[in-house]
Amino acid sequence: MRFQLTEDQRALQGGVRELLARRFGPETLRAALDTPGRLDRALWRELGAAGFFALRLPESEGGVGLGLPEAVLAFEEAGRALLPGPLVATHLAAGDVPGAATGEVVVAAAGNGLVEWLAQADVVRGDAQAAVPLRSVDPLTPLHRVPSASGVDPVAVLLTAAEQLGSATRACELAVQHARAREQFGQPIGAFQAVKHLCAEMLVRTETARAAVYAAAVTAEPVDIDAARLLADEAAVRGARDCLQVHGGMGFTWEFEVHLHLKRAWVRTYRAGDVTDSEESLAAELLARPT
Amino acid sequence: MDLTYTPEEEEFRARLREWLGRVLPTLPPKPSPDDWPGRRAYDLGWQRRLYDAGYAEVHWDASPTMRLIFLEETEKAGAPYVGAGFVGLLHAGPTIAAEGTAEQRARWLPPILRGDEVWCQGFSEPDAGSDLAALRTRARRDGDDYVVSGSKIWTSHAEVADWCELLVRTDSEAPKHRGISWLAMPMDAPGITVRPLRTLAGSAEFAEVFLDEVRVPVANRVGDENDGWRVTMVTLSFERGTAFVGEVVACRRVLRELAVEARKNGRWDDPVLRRRLGRLNAEFRALWRLTQWNVSEAELTGGVPGVGGSVFKLRYSHARQELYDAAADVLGPESLDLDRPWVLDRLSSLSYTIAAGTSQIQRNIVAERILGLPKGR
Repeated sequence: MRFQLTEDQRALQGGVRELLARRFGPETLRAALDTPGRLDRALWRELGAAGFFALRLPESEGGVGLGLPEAVLAFEEAGRALLPGPLVATHLAAGDVPGAATGEVVVAAAGNGLVEWLAQADVVRGDAQAAVPLRSVDPLTPLHRVPSASGVDPVAVLLTAAEQLGSATRACELAVQHARAREQFGQPIGAFQAVKHLCAEMLVRTETARAAVYAAAVTAEPVDIDAARLLADEAAVRGARDCLQVHGGMGFTWEFEVHLHLKRAWVRTYRAGDVTDSEESLAAELLARPT
Repeated sequence: MDLTYTPEEEEFRARLREWLGRVLPTLPPKPSPDDWPGRRAYDLGWQRRLYDAGYAEVHWDASPTMRLIFLEETEKAGAPYVGAGFVGLLHAGPTIAAEGTAEQRARWLPPILRGDEVWCQGFSEPDAGSDLAALRTRARRDGDDYVVSGSKIWTSHAEVADWCELLVRTDSEAPKHRGISWLAMPMDAPGITVRPLRTLAGSAEFAEVFLDEVRVPVANRVGDENDGWRVTMVTLSFERGTAFVGEVVACRRVLRELAVEARKNGRWDDPVLRRRLGRLNAEFRALWRLTQWNVSEAELTGGVPGVGGSVFKLRYSHARQELYDAAADVLGPESLDLDRPWVLDRLSSLSYTIAAGTSQIQRNIVAERILGLPKGR
């Protein structure tokens, strides 16, 4: 058993992180906020060229031929960078919708009562006929309401959990950076246990979620995916909340990026289907096998 | 990322399973929790069987993954845990193995492995708990002996132990971490008084140990004089490695039993309770994966468990308390009946966020050693 990243997986993680740092750094994120609702098609094609959407397609079909663990690592980086767009929907469409794999075509999906990025999509999967726009709480995720459809693809749930994990990791890093630099009462606020313990709990939630998300990527079992999503949702939402708290007044500003992590984490929580459904599946599983 | 086991690991598992299937039915009945000599004999008897079958050194010599498999399989089969062997096998033994002289290793290690001798731990003191390095039990040199006076607390198995791994202050002028030494104290030495302490669960799980001019040979010191703090840290990191593997396996079984009980008594129809059990399923699945993650990491770093153990302990100790609180809600008013299953476990779960480093101290460790936040008050 070697439940750790392989050399190749580390290289892939580093490659995606580097690409996103170069193409979607803090200034680009800020610029995207100034043009809400517009998807950067050039970036989308660049992601396609890098294999982000074709990652799991067999090489014989022009894909990269990698598996769920690699996809999870790539989506974790996307979550960390707050990369906008219907990434999961397009990735899942890569084998079926021509142009999705290369990033030429943007695919949105109607599921669980919402469609993300409907107006910018070239292809919409699922029933979005009666879609009604709403004023999205997340400035970087335009949303439409649609009639609830049943069942979310477990792979979509897992990739969403991977994004949550990336967000949680980033929120913890931001909180720690601030706690080390910001001084009050003559010392860094991270020296105070009240602040230090918030940061420690952020790391504990993130690392526990990481083990669950990575394991679900390896087994692809629905029950493991349900567990991963609950842990990752918690790590992302509470992580963003605690990061905001550690930043004090700055945390409540539009300027500082943590609100974007929190709002995106909320959006992802709904994208992955009802939390109660995951809880019920996990409860039912307890009775599924003899004790 | 790979969750499959190698053919060697699977073979180890299969052989162990087969052996457990043969040996467990031949064990004597478990002694009552109050029968200390009986518990000592039972726990040592189990260690002797492990020794005879070649499993005695699994806590020391086996790879982290083999140790994980050993703890997983023994728990699943319902085998005894280390019990009275805990300190010898998981604290004192590894310390002596790492820091002792050839003579010391030859004297103390074989009896631990054979299940002949029991060790207890004399670390905490009434005024040195979380701040362990503030300990005040004094040892003064007198010829070839140290003369030790002071008191220790929370010492498990003190009543039946042959040896105590003892931390003493040998230099009261030096900074507090630099004046401590590690001694092996024979528990039959004159001047030792053991007073059992009753826990909130009603049982006498640990004791206070009073030391009045106890003579301990200088030859019983492991490591250099005043180097005991470093020697001890080697020990403590073992405690936070694979120590909870069996317990996570057990918690997952309890969770399934809770679901069955809830369905039987009708409380399963309450969606709030049901979903809470579902969340606990996610929690303990994640803790099992985190264990596998930490073990795989230890495999890469050469077997020494790292600070990741603190992350695990923080999450697990809290989850265990949540589990038994949920058990109480499954039982309803019957959770007030000490004769019902899980009720005593609920009480003893309260120690988990305190023993072996409180959650507050663990958060300091995580924040300072992993996240690099500054030390402060």
